[in-house]
Amino acid sequence: MREQRSYPTDAIILKHTDLGEADRVLTLLTPYKGKIRALAKGSRRPGSKKAGHLELLCYSQLQLAVGRTFDVVTQAQAKENFFHLRNDLWYMTCGFYLAELVDRFVEDRMQQMDVYTLLLDTLRTLDADAAELKKRRAEGAEPSPQDRDRTRLLMRYFEIYLLTYIGYEPVLRNCAHCGTELKPEENGFTPTLGGAVCPQCSQLWSQALSLNALKVMRLLQRTEWSHVPHLRLDLRLQAEIEAAMHSLIRYHLERDLKSWGFLEMLTVHTS
Amino acid sequence: MSDVAAPVAALVEELSKLPGVGVKTAQRLTFFILRSPTDQARRLAEAIIRVKESIVYCSRCYNITETDPCSICSNPGRDQDSICVVEEPLDVLALEKTGVYKGLYHVLHGALSPLNGIGRKDIRIDELLKRLVDGSVHEVILATNPGFEGDYTAGVIKDDIKNKITVPHMKVTTLARGLPLGSDLEYADEGTLSRALEGRREM
Repeated sequence: MREQRSYPTDAIILKHTDLGEADRVLTLLTPYKGKIRALAKGSRRPGSKKAGHLELLCYSQLQLAVGRTFDVVTQAQAKENFFHLRNDLWYMTCGFYLAELVDRFVEDRMQQMDVYTLLLDTLRTLDADAAELKKRRAEGAEPSPQDRDRTRLLMRYFEIYLLTYIGYEPVLRNCAHCGTELKPEENGFTPTLGGAVCPQCSQLWSQALSLNALKVMRLLQRTEWSHVPHLRLDLRLQAEIEAAMHSLIRYHLERDLKSWGFLEMLTVHTS
Repeated sequence: MSDVAAPVAALVEELSKLPGVGVKTAQRLTFFILRSPTDQARRLAEAIIRVKESIVYCSRCYNITETDPCSICSNPGRDQDSICVVEEPLDVLALEKTGVYKGLYHVLHGALSPLNGIGRKDIRIDELLKRLVDGSVHEVILATNPGFEGDYTAGVIKDDIKNKITVPHMKVTTLARGLPLGSDLEYADEGTLSRALEGRREM
């Protein structure tokens, strides 16, 4: 059979870097080929017909021609461009964060259908939330700090599932060290062991993990997002869960994520 | 390139570092310079040195200039109460060519991009805020590039102005989004089209 020279694929644009005068190298997440890099020639020219369909975090249908180093984008048509997400600073930052997480965790050319679906669903949720918030504001609702709580929880949900699909599922049922079932009491959390640690192994704790934090994390782990109830978590609890998840991510990636600083900046302003 | 004279090889190597210039083009340029009159080559060399030695950043708008403050900032004929914020010095050139805008500029030298590691400290946002505190500026026009990163940068600046600058009657505006001249509707993406619809106006 003759080798295929060009193929169609859906893709979410995770990242772009400028190349040469008017080209861009895109990092794409595709359903069947996983994370790939592709060249978008001339996409920085003002008249480019493709550029608008190849924006960051766009969900597009592409036609790619097989190339030597990079496959080359020959056609692009945006399927969903998450218009509402793009109009709100907070949701944009969350979008950046999702893209950075996926880009860091997913290896090149490994099919990751679960991660693909997760990212797409999460972006859709963010976009819908952004649209709803805009509608409420237009009707005269006052902006409140609680607006962002739901999104913060969604970020934790995304982190837990992403880690699980990649193979680093957080251990939250049994002690990550001795394996005994965790009791409803204050436990600890140790990223190097990959999850929660019981009080008997407390010499290995990196941080304490309150019962409520453990409960929320377990709830997220076993529930689909559409069924996660609207929880009212106080700021301390939110921060505790975030710190635990971030330390786990930092341990696996051996680095901090750049979007964390940006998310923090927005949090400081509003509190 | 060991079989050509060392100075020629050196020039080819330097030229091929330029954007859009590969080894072949660099060779062509080198041999053109080699054959051209000496004073022409000297003018080229001097122009390159001059551009590095005499160009500084304007201490107010951070545009590239020979004199500080730059010719736009020091021109009393320009509206002192509006600042147009752009990403690169080339954007100033583009806007100046229109001849429509008569105010001042502020060059950020980049756009925020968490994915490429460009944060607040890498571009000149704080310098912009410093120019706004005294209250003489009444309109800030955010003219960052119309992409995700440019929009994001504009969002951050707007947020900063809202939170940190307490000047009455400060207007923050952004450039209109729409269809480029001479383009085809059928190729336009939904984002551009929907913004073009939002910004439609009566004829």
